[in-house]
Amino acid sequence: MYSEKALKHFKNPKFAGEIKNASGIGEVGNVACGDVIKVYIKVDKKGILRDVRFQTYGCVAAIAASDALCEMAKGRHIDDVLKMRYEDVVNELGGLPPIKFHCSVMGIQALKKAIDEYKKKAER
Amino acid sequence: MQRVVYLDNAATTMVDPAVVEAMLPYFTKQYGNPSSIHSFGREAKEAVEASRDLIAASIKSRSDEIIFTSGGTEGNNLALKGVAFANRNKGKHIITTSIEHKCILNSCEWLQQEGFEVTYLDVDREGFVSLGQLEKSIRKDTVLVSIIHGQNEIGTIQDLEKIGKICAEHGVWLHTDACQSYTKTRLDVKKFNIALATLNAHKLHGPKGVGALYVREDVDFVPWQHGGGQESKKRGGTENVPGIVGFAKAVQLASNQKHIEHMVKLRDALIDGILEIEDTKLNGPRGAARLCNNANFSFFGVEGEGLGMALEQEGIKTSTGSACSSRSLEKSHVLKAIGLSDGEVNSSIRMSISRFTAKEDIDYAVQKTQDAVKKLRRISPIKKVKEVLKGVFGKSA
Repeated sequence: MYSEKALKHFKNPKFAGEIKNASGIGEVGNVACGDVIKVYIKVDKKGILRDVRFQTYGCVAAIAASDALCEMAKGRHIDDVLKMRYEDVVNELGGLPPIKFHCSVMGIQALKKAIDEYKKKAER
Repeated sequence: MQRVVYLDNAATTMVDPAVVEAMLPYFTKQYGNPSSIHSFGREAKEAVEASRDLIAASIKSRSDEIIFTSGGTEGNNLALKGVAFANRNKGKHIITTSIEHKCILNSCEWLQQEGFEVTYLDVDREGFVSLGQLEKSIRKDTVLVSIIHGQNEIGTIQDLEKIGKICAEHGVWLHTDACQSYTKTRLDVKKFNIALATLNAHKLHGPKGVGALYVREDVDFVPWQHGGGQESKKRGGTENVPGIVGFAKAVQLASNQKHIEHMVKLRDALIDGILEIEDTKLNGPRGAARLCNNANFSFFGVEGEGLGMALEQEGIKTSTGSACSSRSLEKSHVLKAIGLSDGEVNSSIRMSISRFTAKEDIDYAVQKTQDAVKKLRRISPIKKVKEVLKGVFGKSA
């Protein structure tokens, strides 16, 4: 039911971990629902995501989506990243079971939340 | 080659090759219809009746009280609906528990739509029914009590002897779903005062698609499947002769105290090994009141489906009560009934062994589970277990 690509991300996630002194952190979900995705970002002066990391409590789809998301976002400008949609993550993973689409939605939400936090900090 | 360790024997089991062997002639040689009067038919009939005798003897019932079915779901449907409809002028009340298999709960729900009333008994934190609550729940119009013998997720074995005594004292029939417990713990329908019992083959190394319902002679019961008068007119349809023969063979092979002792030893080694992992708890009881093949754990900070897949990548087959378990997104009603928090339910894994499981399989599974839990906890945002315990996981841990 999971694509090979999704399983690869699940088995060997390259972006798992946290960033000390992150520019922004976004967390969505709760243990009761079954998934928690936390995304850390490091943004440089030009607004480029120099590093993106995740911590996820969740199923295969949630972990794979988190890792793919970080990979897709790293090195891009925040304005560009804000245009990312959950479908992009699903496609990157070579598809997900429809019942698991929400995992990729949560990943996008966490990433956007992290960027929001960074922007608020930057305004101050 | 990668090691494969099958720890999902509560879902289904490997068919014992000796069972397959016993079944084979009934496909290509003795393929007669038991209702036919020629020699082919008589041979098939004899095979079915010998199987019936063997299964009846294993639960201390009479042979004519055994009805062959297509399995556990049919048996449970037949028991509930067959008794409810036969007795609807006598009473419309049924008592069951909150930890039954879905086929009991969904049958009850349907019966409620048909005008029956159902009381669902609570269970304690280990999954045991309260005898006091049972006795208080019995009404003048109660026609049936249905209580699962060995629970399929958490392994709790109910004290059917005491439950049966209460039911007998109040003149209420007791049905038990014994699909998981059959041949794994004693089921003596006479001693336990059981009026109906559901049995099946594929949980004990028999084939899928065959089971039996024991219906005591005095139980008022209407058939659900009308046909050519087979199974004492209680269940129409040409008998699944190879399946029935395989079922009996499987029962014969499973009924061995040595197998139970083997499984108890491995189950306890598995439980002890897994509980060495920090912040892990066992769901269900320990000791003799637990099915000899069942273990169920919650690992804090790790989601069940993710852990199951990590184990699958190491060749270990398990199951989970997590809402994420891919097809349903529905949490286990059993784990919720024993008071687990949503977090604990989502972090659960069931491991169920069989008589074919080896000590090396357990060692391997324990080692790989330790590794997988460690790895998934490393990438989990839920770190401070104690903090979480106070919040989402509830007070239990």
